[in-house]
Amino acid sequence: MEVLKEEGVDTIFGYPGGVIIDINDELDKTDIRYILVRHEQAAVHAADGYARASGKVGVCLVTSGPGATNTVTGIASAYMDSIPVVVFTGQVPTSLIGNDAFQEVDIVGITRPCTKHNYLVKDPEKLAETVREAFYLARSGRPGPVLVDLPKDVSQSKISFEMPPPPKMNSYSPHTEPHKQQLERAIKLILKAKKPVIFAGGGVILSGAYKELTKFAKKLNIPVTASLMGLGGFPGTDRLWLGMIGMHGTYRANMSTGACDLLVGIGVRFDDRVTGKIDTFAQNAKIIHIDIDPTSIQKNVPITIPIVSDCKIALKKLNKLIEKVDLKEPLKSRPNWLKQIEEWKSTTPLAYEQKDVIKPQFVVEKLYELTKGKAIITTEVGQNQMWAAQYYHFDQPNHFITSGGLGCMGFGFPAAIGAQLACPNKTVIDIAGDGSIQMNIQELIVAVANKLPVKVAILNNRYLGMVRQWQELFYGKRYAATDIEAAPDFVKVAEAYGAVGLRATRPEEVEETIKKALATPKTVFMDFVVEREESVYPMVPAGKAITEMLLA
Amino acid sequence: MTEERKHTISLLVDNESGVLSRVAGLFSGRGFNIESLCVAETLDPALSRITLVTRGNERIIEQINKQLNKLINIRKVIDLTETEFVEREMALIKVRAKEEHRAEILRIVDIFRCKIVDVSPAYYTVEATGSDEKIAAILNLLKQIGIKEIARTGAIALAREAKK
Ligand SMILES: Cc1ncc(C[n+]2csc(CCOP(=O)(O)OP(=O)(O)O)c2C)c(N)n1
Ligand SMILES: [Mg+2]
Repeated sequence: MEVLKEEGVDTIFGYPGGVIIDINDELDKTDIRYILVRHEQAAVHAADGYARASGKVGVCLVTSGPGATNTVTGIASAYMDSIPVVVFTGQVPTSLIGNDAFQEVDIVGITRPCTKHNYLVKDPEKLAETVREAFYLARSGRPGPVLVDLPKDVSQSKISFEMPPPPKMNSYSPHTEPHKQQLERAIKLILKAKKPVIFAGGGVILSGAYKELTKFAKKLNIPVTASLMGLGGFPGTDRLWLGMIGMHGTYRANMSTGACDLLVGIGVRFDDRVTGKIDTFAQNAKIIHIDIDPTSIQKNVPITIPIVSDCKIALKKLNKLIEKVDLKEPLKSRPNWLKQIEEWKSTTPLAYEQKDVIKPQFVVEKLYELTKGKAIITTEVGQNQMWAAQYYHFDQPNHFITSGGLGCMGFGFPAAIGAQLACPNKTVIDIAGDGSIQMNIQELIVAVANKLPVKVAILNNRYLGMVRQWQELFYGKRYAATDIEAAPDFVKVAEAYGAVGLRATRPEEVEETIKKALATPKTVFMDFVVEREESVYPMVPAGKAITEMLLA
Repeated sequence: MTEERKHTISLLVDNESGVLSRVAGLFSGRGFNIESLCVAETLDPALSRITLVTRGNERIIEQINKQLNKLINIRKVIDLTETEFVEREMALIKVRAKEEHRAEILRIVDIFRCKIVDVSPAYYTVEATGSDEKIAAILNLLKQIGIKEIARTGAIALAREAKK
């Protein structure tokens, strides 16, 4: 407990069970806020949302066996998105480990490939030190989830306690400072480039490099795109903003990546949803890649100048280096490049047509308008997630919270609960699909019980829409297993839990519904009955180059 | 894309339970292959040395080295293939020792500087150490006489010290 306080923990998401009764008992005597979720998966997503909105480490506490296995999806999602979360799992007493005891699972074995690191604490004397290490690992370097498995006898033992010093580990020292020569080489390339593009990722958000990136791009007049995870790393309303890149990226972002002569990747990992057909990706460009994780570099695409570093530190130093440079000559060709991009933007913008049935994009645009772009948006997974990314223009970091790498349905609602707890004064909205929301809908009671004014905007197309879209385009419109017309009445569900339920079935009701929800200081479900067969465009079919987009 | 090559990688790791499965899991999870693997304690009981032999092109080997470095319990990763190093394997080979073949077996044992470590009326057990090529050559010869069973270690290896 003392260590938790020392690490600045103020909120824990959890669910109890036999082997952690002692811990919950002790926790109850502290002023750490304990949020009792209704499913352990949601505890991890909530901790994840909490971590992203607050910049702190998210913390969970669950029991052994099924409690532990229920966390795996949440852990995997946090791992893919490099989110600092510490998960404490109860374990059967050390004397029983390996005996197939009641509610025993080898959770350390199960989560080995989806945690940054994990521990089984066998010796009470090592407990405090291990917990400190866990927090240190979770938040430092490339962040990620760390699991600590606590056998019942270890958490029951009473020992004299002394706060261990901050951990120093022989085998772990993240490389945060960039190599000076590499920075200088990078500057040279950047000054020579005629058609550069900056490609920002989650690393920009995680390292808090928003200001540095904005300064860098503006000073050099370089357009910026971002991966799903990088949204908000650069102002989404700036004239240099290209929109998102990748499978559902904007036309201009994908075209300019295809045409650029220099790509500066910052805190990205060149995921396949971004690159499309890998050997065609940015094929005319030299690539500078800044990332704190050396394994991300050269993993998927060949890099001209690798820079292993914390993104913020690297950008700060790059900004310093260009301070003294005369930029007149190097920037001479920029207007031409930006004009070309402007042309792509005006000929092929993101677009939809609002007729008599509500278009999901229209709902997102209205949400953007009516929250003045200031809400924290979480998403579920599928079309709802892509429309949120395309039509809500994030001007600030830590305001877009989505399961990017794992693409985990059921993420958005618990994550919104976590974000709302971290930022009680912000508007927090989960942009949801009708399928995904049903994957953690039980958390409604958690939002209600804790009086959280979380808003959920369900883009209700009665389909597992993203899969249906693939079936429409590539499987001859055979909608196998994706029609979910058989659905609960979301308004009544909300009401049954003590929340507020609203529904909009016509376009003219959308604004009114959102206004009403925003004015209600309670948990609100908004059920937007939208066009069933609307699809997300542009779309790059799997295996194609990102410049080969389907536009409608 | 460069050619696939064999690499011998030496790891110093924390001598803790679970470390080996972290290494093995990394290889299976990312689709890298392990040709052989040897683990034993070092002089410092807190550390073990894992010697593993893998195969891949330059890009894959670079990933393997980086990914190994990323594992928290791994203290040091040395790709010996980039340096001068000595490498040995060992095999125990049970050969059929019929009257008329015994002299031949002894001659092979002598040429390859092996040892006979167990003798029974029907079988000799030969201990052979050396590079994998040498072991392969011995096996090839003894196969013609008749091998009942074999047990082999993977490679163990250390970097050579400077000669001067
Ligand atoms: C846990 C999980 N199961 C399955 C999938 C595969 N999947 C991706 S999108 C999607 C459909 C989501 O439907 P819905 O929540 O209604 O969103 P929509 O695409 O209709 O906006 C499915 C099934 C997933 N991403 N996560
Ligand atoms: Mg749907």
